[in-house]
Amino acid sequence: MKRVVITGQGTINALGHDVATTLDAMRAGRSGIGPLEFRDVERLSIRVGAQVRDYRPEDHFNRQQLGLYDRFTQFAMIAARQALTSSGIAFDEELAREAGVVIGTAGGGLLTQDENYRAVYEAGKNRVHPLVVPRLMNNAAASHISMSWGLQGPCYSVATACASSNHAMGQAFQLVRSGASRVMLAGGAESMLCFGGIKAWEGLRVMSKDACRPFSADRNGMVQGEGAAVFVFEEYEHARARGAEILAEILGFSMSSDASDIVMPSRKGAAAAMSGALRDARLAPEDIGYINAHGTGTAANDRTECAAIMDVFGDNAGKLMISSTKSMHGHLIGGTGAVELLACIMALREGVIAPTVGYREADPDCPLDVVPNAAREARVNAVLSNAFAFGGLNAVLALGRS
Amino acid sequence: MTVSVRDRVLDIIAQQAVLEVSDIDPEMPLQDLGLDSLGLVEAVFALEEAFDIEIPFNANEPENSSFDISSVNAVIKAVETLVAARTA
Repeated sequence: MKRVVITGQGTINALGHDVATTLDAMRAGRSGIGPLEFRDVERLSIRVGAQVRDYRPEDHFNRQQLGLYDRFTQFAMIAARQALTSSGIAFDEELAREAGVVIGTAGGGLLTQDENYRAVYEAGKNRVHPLVVPRLMNNAAASHISMSWGLQGPCYSVATACASSNHAMGQAFQLVRSGASRVMLAGGAESMLCFGGIKAWEGLRVMSKDACRPFSADRNGMVQGEGAAVFVFEEYEHARARGAEILAEILGFSMSSDASDIVMPSRKGAAAAMSGALRDARLAPEDIGYINAHGTGTAANDRTECAAIMDVFGDNAGKLMISSTKSMHGHLIGGTGAVELLACIMALREGVIAPTVGYREADPDCPLDVVPNAAREARVNAVLSNAFAFGGLNAVLALGRS
Repeated sequence: MTVSVRDRVLDIIAQQAVLEVSDIDPEMPLQDLGLDSLGLVEAVFALEEAFDIEIPFNANEPENSSFDISSVNAVIKAVETLVAARTA
């Protein structure tokens, strides 16, 4: 089995249009959540979200590309470009043949769907743009990354709702670890902040009308975000041979299915994924210093997640730091695990633990150190990143310091 | 013949709980009727559609919502209030 390291990272999300700005916001505990701005927002009861602001697509893409790229693809392309630049990797013919892309997304080109349904149903138009299908398909982002950099190895998208990008990154990790590929681009992208996207979520009645306050007793639901993060996963010897800067090592990955309820999370399923990741990484519970929680800010998730952490970590649960950065960048659904991996890498590399902001009141059902409101300096050697999706699908990554 | 708000609410709750109206004791808490969290959200939606009202219900903490769901009777009363407010 090969060792797998991360040698590049890129992002665009509500906290910033690149990694440095995003990490600055996390260090400062600054939230990107604010009033949503899009057509018909006044017909929604939920009007807050973590939108990518001051974004002009034409600064990044030409007209031909914009005809083909839904907003989620644009975000994925921007993040991929940054990740490749920061890794300094170059693809010769042989490497390009095996290098691949796995991108998690739940909604795919949901904005394209929303706009075109509006055109045919509301405006009564009988014609849509000829490229609607290649814009909206879930694999569009992965395919455009593959095409832009000529990566011809395994390339696909993963859709497991809120766990999509953790499943995507886990699979990319396994492809490199097994020797199937030496380099994979992996991450997630999501953009469903539009009238139809939020209207559907309103129906579930799990959305907050003001803020995302994970683990706080007065929390009242989740807040959606948008954006992408993409990483370069590279086989260790390959990275070392070319003198690449190693940001972190991926030590393990585990997936589990609750096999119980389509929306309610399960303590047992979450615990199985966390302990599976520890086993896969050959780590003991006491090796983990920080967990980037799924932490959606719903009562059901936060209580179940804390109980599962206590099941897995026992007496060590009290020594762990756990934070939910969704309180700042919102819940990016299929892209969330990727943006959250940035916080994990920051913890390992810089010894800075991103906080859970908006925290006001202790919840007896969440008696853990949730790093409330202010970032903290702490040296950690290994971390977990949790993702637990609707449908009962869990995916947990274990990372270590390079 | 007009059907009362009470009867329509009972009908909707019975349907969601897969029960006969005659099996419902209005003093019963909703969870005792076998309505889980998803069933509750669906019942709230059905009530909103039936009466053209907005029900302030948050599935995160159903017991702390301003919409009283402590019993079937409480729901009937809450819906009656919302319907009266809409027609006022």
